[in-house]
This record gives sequence, structure tokens and C-alpha cells, in this order.
Amino acid sequence: MLPNWLVFIISLLYLGILFAIAYYADWRADNDKSIINNPYIYALSLAVYCTAWTFYGSVGRAASTGWGFLPVYIGPTIIAPLWLLVIRKIIRISKQQHITSIADFISSRYGKSTFLGGLVAIIAVVGIIPYISLQLKAISSSYSILTTFMNNSVATANSSNSFFEDTAFYISILLATFAILFGTRHLDASERHEGLVAAIAFESIIKLVAFLFVGLFVTYFLYGGLGDIFSQARRLPDFERFFTINQASGVNWDEWVWITLLSLLAVMFLPRQFHMAVVENTNEKHIEKAIWLFPLYLFLINLFVLPIAVAGLLHFPGNTVDADTFVLALPLTEGHRWIALFVFIGGLSAATSMVIVATISLSIMVSNNIVMPILLRVKSMHISRINDLTWILLMIRRGSIIVLVLWAYFYFRVIAEYYTLVSIGLISFTAAAQFAPAIIGGIFWRGGTRNGALAGLIAGSLVWAFTLPTPFAAEAGLLPDSILTEGLFGISLLRPYQFLGLEGMDPISSSLFWSLLFNIGLYVIVSFSSRASVLEHSQAAMFVKAPWHSANDGRYQLWRGTSSIEVLESLLTRFIGEQSTKKAFFQYAQDHKTDWEKHNEVDQDFISYTEQLLTGAIGAASARVVIASVVKEEPFSVEEMMNILNETQQAISQKKVLEKKSQELEKATADLMKANTRLRELDRLKDDFVATVTHELRTPLTSVRAFAEILHDNPDLRSDQKHNFLNIIIKESERLTRLINQVLDLQKVESKTMELELTDVQMDKVVTEAFEACSQLAEERKVICKTDLPLHVPRVPADRDRLMQVMLNLISNGIKFSKVGAGKVVVKIKVKKEHLQIDVTDNGIGINKKDQQVIFEKFRQINDPDLGKPAGSGLGLTITQKIIEFHQGTLWVKSAPEKGSTFSFTLPINRQEDKTVASN
Amino acid sequence: MSKKILIVDDEPSIVISLEFLMEQKGFALKVARTGEEAMQIIHEFMPDLVLLDVMLPNKNGFEICQYVRSTPELAAMKIILLTAKGRKQDIEKGLAIGADAYITKPFSTKNLVETVQNMLEK
Repeated sequence: MLPNWLVFIISLLYLGILFAIAYYADWRADNDKSIINNPYIYALSLAVYCTAWTFYGSVGRAASTGWGFLPVYIGPTIIAPLWLLVIRKIIRISKQQHITSIADFISSRYGKSTFLGGLVAIIAVVGIIPYISLQLKAISSSYSILTTFMNNSVATANSSNSFFEDTAFYISILLATFAILFGTRHLDASERHEGLVAAIAFESIIKLVAFLFVGLFVTYFLYGGLGDIFSQARRLPDFERFFTINQASGVNWDEWVWITLLSLLAVMFLPRQFHMAVVENTNEKHIEKAIWLFPLYLFLINLFVLPIAVAGLLHFPGNTVDADTFVLALPLTEGHRWIALFVFIGGLSAATSMVIVATISLSIMVSNNIVMPILLRVKSMHISRINDLTWILLMIRRGSIIVLVLWAYFYFRVIAEYYTLVSIGLISFTAAAQFAPAIIGGIFWRGGTRNGALAGLIAGSLVWAFTLPTPFAAEAGLLPDSILTEGLFGISLLRPYQFLGLEGMDPISSSLFWSLLFNIGLYVIVSFSSRASVLEHSQAAMFVKAPWHSANDGRYQLWRGTSSIEVLESLLTRFIGEQSTKKAFFQYAQDHKTDWEKHNEVDQDFISYTEQLLTGAIGAASARVVIASVVKEEPFSVEEMMNILNETQQAISQKKVLEKKSQELEKATADLMKANTRLRELDRLKDDFVATVTHELRTPLTSVRAFAEILHDNPDLRSDQKHNFLNIIIKESERLTRLINQVLDLQKVESKTMELELTDVQMDKVVTEAFEACSQLAEERKVICKTDLPLHVPRVPADRDRLMQVMLNLISNGIKFSKVGAGKVVVKIKVKKEHLQIDVTDNGIGINKKDQQVIFEKFRQINDPDLGKPAGSGLGLTITQKIIEFHQGTLWVKSAPEKGSTFSFTLPINRQEDKTVASN
Repeated sequence: MSKKILIVDDEPSIVISLEFLMEQKGFALKVARTGEEAMQIIHEFMPDLVLLDVMLPNKNGFEICQYVRSTPELAAMKIILLTAKGRKQDIEKGLAIGADAYITKPFSTKNLVETVQNMLEK
């Protein structure tokens, strides 16, 4: 044993060194010469993860379960690479929003909800206090071992001493002092404490070196190396179970997996880990190195756990010494007191680093998320009259540190005696794991809502409280045993260890399973079924898209307000002090090239900037309340809300319009494709038309040219032959002329540019005239032509020449196609009520149904083998039909094979003229 | 014995001009006005050369040309396509199915007569 005073002095000296390091680092930071701005210090500061539990408890757990101590370190190792995704994103968000704690992070994400922040703070405090008390217990018991260890046995713990005789109490007070000095030295918007980080990194080095040292000492000094230890270990009765994982060894694969999962969540979401990894982070690039440095640290500190455990079991058979204390007991029993003292310092460093960081991180939450909101709410009038609030804030911070440490100490004195290091650590881990759904969901899923996060957190933490702390309390005799055996209110489903009837799992795994199930389930379900407020929406968007955001668009402006620089300056001074305020405003002016002298009225951006600064000091929710109280014009006036709503609605309706547009576009594309097909078809038709027209033109031209050449080359032709050939030339030239005229007509009717010269036309006279014109053709073909005209035929408004063209076409067609030898063509005019109908009937071969459809198309001629090629271009009927249509009439044909054909058309009678006639 | 020529065309004026030109050079002639008629006369008359229009009633000139080329006993028969179809693809088609020449209307009488004479002297 070592004398009490010596151990105490050494402990004080060690803490003195910590103070010195922290002071030095803070001093360097004040002079802008940071000593912690590098990835190694960052990784070492993360090693605050390794507490007294690691230092003492791992050996204890290894002694009873072999490999069972490992999953707590495997989890962080597995998750480390993902920090690049998760922690980096959280850091970016936190820097942007001046977030300084896990409670603030969750509150801020879900619409700066005060209630949510408070809830997270309470869960954190309730979950972490036992863990802090555990460290105090470790310090206390290691201290007593060091001072009382004799002859392989330890005096019983000195918990019966009054607290002023208890070393742990004084150490607690010292730790609280440290936390106050270096955690609340000043109020800063970023809440970064370089001295603290430096001291924690130093402690991480000490505990690692101490543990490696004792490991080497045991392995190579007490024994002849690893081989020697394990060959001797074969003597142990239950040696095998060290290296197997099954039910018999007390650890099975299920538990391994659950605890691995638990620890990978805890390493990110324990308040102290969040504080070191996120709040104290100086440069997000440091993560890149930390993701392998930190697992390396875990590997090294676990290297000698099994050898020490085995050596302890060999040295102290029969459980005479608590396995948690092997690291101290082994050197002590061999008489190496100075080594034991060094190990004690290592354990002290592990415990103190945890206590300090955990306390500071909790105190930030307590002051910003519990006390400040209450003060602002309950005594807002009072608060607003105090000019300098910085000291109040600092007092709250400091007070909460003292309360937290004392609370932990009290807890240690009353309850912590009962448990091993590991079990209480895992209970805290499970509490911290409850933050995971709200945080991870919050940064990757826009849909998560405040209500969802609240429901999940409440359910998860209640399940946690019922399945872990409650049975522990019952086992400690603080609650009736019946809860364990019969369940709450005697309901067997509500037995903590067999919650909802699930048996066969260890308490931690079972609690983690149920709490996360309820937590995630309710978070998702309630999020889906609840609506987010406007502020929530913008915060959600901000958090989820954070990594791609530049710092400038970081501030979402959801409200408009005006205020003056003086008001904001005095406000900020009250909360963060005059110096910090001046510095911050100066910084802003520089960054934005603003001249305060000229611009007294501050803009929206600056108000947001002030709010961000306040957020660092008093939390997002409180900052919102405070800013709202000094900025003129209500932040969420009805009008403003309406505007925001309008914008949202506009966005929605724009989206709808867009959807409609895209549908229209699709339709237009389809239409275009149709039109394109149609165009191509038309193009082909035009091509065909041109080909046909040229063909039709070439034919008469061929004869003209051939006979002209013949006449030219043969001057001595017989005169009758000459006459005959010249006649052919004339006829073919006429045909050519006709054809050209028809093509021009067709072009006119098709492009609808034909102009009708309307006069009052006596249709019967037109018919008679047309017959006269065709008389020669009729005579040639020996066709009888007849008319059947009523006495009085009303005049019709029409283009006389065009109608003549129509009649000539129909009559000559009739003559051409009437019965050979006994042809007959009859034209009849019928006077109907509103129109004239003219029928042209022949007694020819008729037209079959199929052909009736096509005869009106261009160049469609029905060839008859007996008759040979019909004369004409094939354009006549097409033009005729168009002319009739121009006169608002219709043209149709009635015919059957061998029964002749009747072409009929109508012409509207000018009724106005009739009326005038009638009125006359 | 004079060479025999079959004129196939449905345009009376053109037939008259061709008849005059061919008779003048002393060829023996027959005329067909439809496709079917032409097929018949080809076998009966066994002309040495056919002046063949394309746009004909019943059976067009391309079909007749194809038929002649696929019938072994008509192998020696010369075919001149004489048509108003003057598009590039028509000419290519005509030569592809085995016509010996493709002359577009309106034609030069001198050129036509020379082509016929050259073809029959070989």
C-alpha cells in the first residue's frame, strides 16, 4: 500500500498539470496560435470514449466472459468510416447554425422546438449521470485499493465514511472546478474550448501509455511473454470459454451484435462524444485522419486486456480480488508500488476526462435548453430589464456543472455501489442511442417532423427507463421486487426483463431492441401523419441539404423584421459580453463591407447573424424568443404567414402548372409526330403529283416533237400525210394547253385562292350553252343529248364561267362514257326549296362502288381494256368538285355497272333575292 | 428478211409517229395497245425488238420486260423502254430488269431510229 497523503498529492499534482495544459492552450488560442488544430489532437480528444470502464472494466469483463469485452470497441471501429458521411454533415450543419449541443441540434432541426430541446437535455442528464457517478466510483475504489491493498486482499470500500473524508468527493469538487474554469471561462458563440481539448488529448495519451505500460509489465515482467501466459492459462478450469462465444461463456453472438450496434450509435451520440467530435471540431478535414486514428487507439488500448485478465485469474484464484481491479492489484501484489501509482494516474485520467467533458456538455444543455427557456418564459419581464446577462448565463452554466457533479457524487454514494462498471456504462449507451433516429432521420430525411421526433424520443426513453434503470433499482431494493417477477401492476407483459413477453435476450440487447423499435416506429409513423410548420420545413431542408450548401445561404430568412444596430448590440452585449459583441459586429462589417455609421437600420441578414450568435450562447429556441422580442414587426405576423403560405401555394401551383405543361408537351410531341407523318405523306403525294403531271405533259409533247421532227426531216411527204401529222400536232398542243390550264385551276382550288366572279346566273341557259359546245363531240360519238328543264329556274349567285366549265366537264364525260353506238346523255335541273339540283345522266357502262370513291381524286382514271385509255388528264372531276364546293354546293355520283351513271350537284339559291322578290 | 419490231403504246398519236419512223426504215411492224395484247403478239410475231411503253392498261411495261427476260425462248429479243416516266429511279429500275435501252419521252426521232438500227445490226 501507498500512504494516503502521497496518493492524494500525486493526484493533485496530476490535476495541476491538467490545469496548466488547459491554461496554456487557452492562452495560445487567445493569441491565435492554436495547438489543437490538427487531426491527431482531434483523434486523441475523441478517445474520451475510453473511460474508467475501459481502463478497469474491460479486464473485469474479459476475466468473466473472454472476448465479451470487445464489441464495445468493434462498433466504433465499424462506424468510423461512415463519419465522413454522418459526422461531417453534422459538423457542417452545426457550424452553420451555431449549434453547441446534441439537444440544440435536435431542437434546431425540428423547428427550433424548445420542448424537444428540453426533452433531449433531460434524457441526456438522466442517462448520463449514472455514468459520471461510475467514474467517481472508479476513482474512489482505485484510490482505496492503492492505499489499503495488503496481502492479496482489499479493505471493504469506504463508502461508509462521511463524504468529507472521501477522496472521491474532493476529486469531484476539483473536476467541477476544472470544468467551470475551462468549460465556462467565457461565453462564446461557438462554444469551443481549446484548453479543454488539449487537456483531454493529454489525458488520452496518459491513459493509453499507462495501460500499455502495465500490460507490458504483466506480460513480459511477471510472465515470460504472451505464450507463457496463455500456456499457463491452460491450467485454469474454464480456460476454453475465454476464446469461445456461446451461451455457456455468458456472451453469445446475439449479444455481440446488439452491443456492437449499441456502441456504434453511442460513439456518435453520447453527449461528450458529440461535444468533442462536433462542437470542438476545428476543421472538418480532421475527420479524414480520425477515422483510422481513433480505431487504432481503441486497438492499442485493448491489446493487453486479455493477458492482464488471464494473469489476474492465475494470480488471484478463487475470486479473492475483484477482476475490475486487476490492473492495480497485479503490480501491487508484486510490490511494484510506483507502477501501481502510474496505473492509478492512468485510471484517474480516463475517469476525469469523461467527467469533465460529460459535465460540460450536459451543462450546456441544461442551461440552454432547460433553464434559459424557463427563465425567458416565466420571468421574461424581469430578464429584459437586466443589462448584463452574461454573468447570469455563466452562473447558470457554472451552477449546473456543480449540481451535475454533486448529483453524480450523490448517485455514486447511494446506488452505484451495486453495479459493475460495464453494466452502468451500457445503460447510458442505450439512453444515448435514443437520439440516433431523430438525428440520423433529421439529416437524411426531410419528412421527419417535430411531432415524430417527440413521439419517438418519449417512447424510446420510456421503454429504456422501464427496461434498464427500473429493474436495476428494484434489484438494489429501491423498488419492490414484484416488478421483476410479476411485472408492473402485476401485468406479466410488463416485466422489465421480459418486456412484452420477449425472453431469452440479455437485458441490454432486449432494452435496445424494444426502445429503438418504439423510437424509430413512432418517429416514422408520426412524421408521416403530422404536418411540419413553416420553420420546420425550412430547417429540415437546410439540414438535409447541408453538405452542398455554401456558408452564405446558410441563413434561412423566414421572417422579416427591422431593428436598429444599437438595439441588437445592447441585446447581444447582455448575453455574450461587450468584447465578444464588438468583435462579432466588427467581423460582420468587414465581411459585408458595411458601414454602421451610415446604416443604422439593419437588414434581415444581420438580424439572422445576431440570432446565430445568440444561438451559440443560449440555444436556438431561446435565441429565437429573445430576437423576436426586440425586432419590430412580429416575426410571424398573419400577413407574413400568409405570404409564406402563398409562396408555398404558388410553388405547389407552379408545380401543377409544370406537370400540366409537361403533359401538354407530350401531347404536342405526339401531335407533331402525327403532323410529321402527315407531312411526309403529303410530300410523297406532292412528289407523285409532280411525277404524274410531268408524265401527262410529256405524252402530248412527245407527239408534238416526233411529228415536228418527221415533218422537218421529210420535206417530200405526201400532202395528205402532212395535213394529218399537222392536225395531230395541233390537237396535242391543245391538249397540252388544256392540261396546263387544269393544273393551274387545281392549284387555285387547292390553295383556295380561286376567286369567283359572282353574278346572277340562269342555270338553264348555262346548260343549253354547254350542250351547244359539246355538240361536235356528241356528233362524232353519235350520242343523243337531251335536256329536261323546268319552266322557271331561279337565278343563282355564281361564277358563270366556272359553272360552264363544270357543265362542259360533266357533259363531255357523259358523252365519252355513254354506250357505244347508242349513247344518250340527259341533263335535268330540279328546283328545290333552297337549292337547284343538276343531274347529268349517261347510259354508259357505269362505275362500280369501289371506283366511285376514287374518281374525284387527282389523275384517277378508270381504264377500260376495251375502250383503251380515256381521253383527258384525270383532273377534270377533281376541279369540278372543288368548284362546286366553292359555291357551297355538293357533287356526288350514283351509278352501278352497266346501268349508267348520274353525276349530280347542288347550288344554293340566293334566298335574300327571293325575299326581295317576294316583298315586291 | 427484214427485222421485226413490235410497238407497244396506248397513245394513238405516238403509235402513228413510231409506225411512220419504223416503216420508213423498212422494218416489219406490229402494234399492241394494251399489256395483254403485247404479251400475245410477242409470242405470235416473235419480234426482234420491242418498243415498249411503261404506263399501259392491264399490264405495265416493266412486267412485260420482266416476263420476256425470264422466258428462255425470248432471250434474243431486244427491248427498248420508251416512256414518259423520266425519274432517275424509273430509269434505274428499267435497266435493272433487263431493258436494252431506256428512252424518255419526248424523244429525238433521229436518236431513236439510230438506237434501233444499231441494236438490230449487231
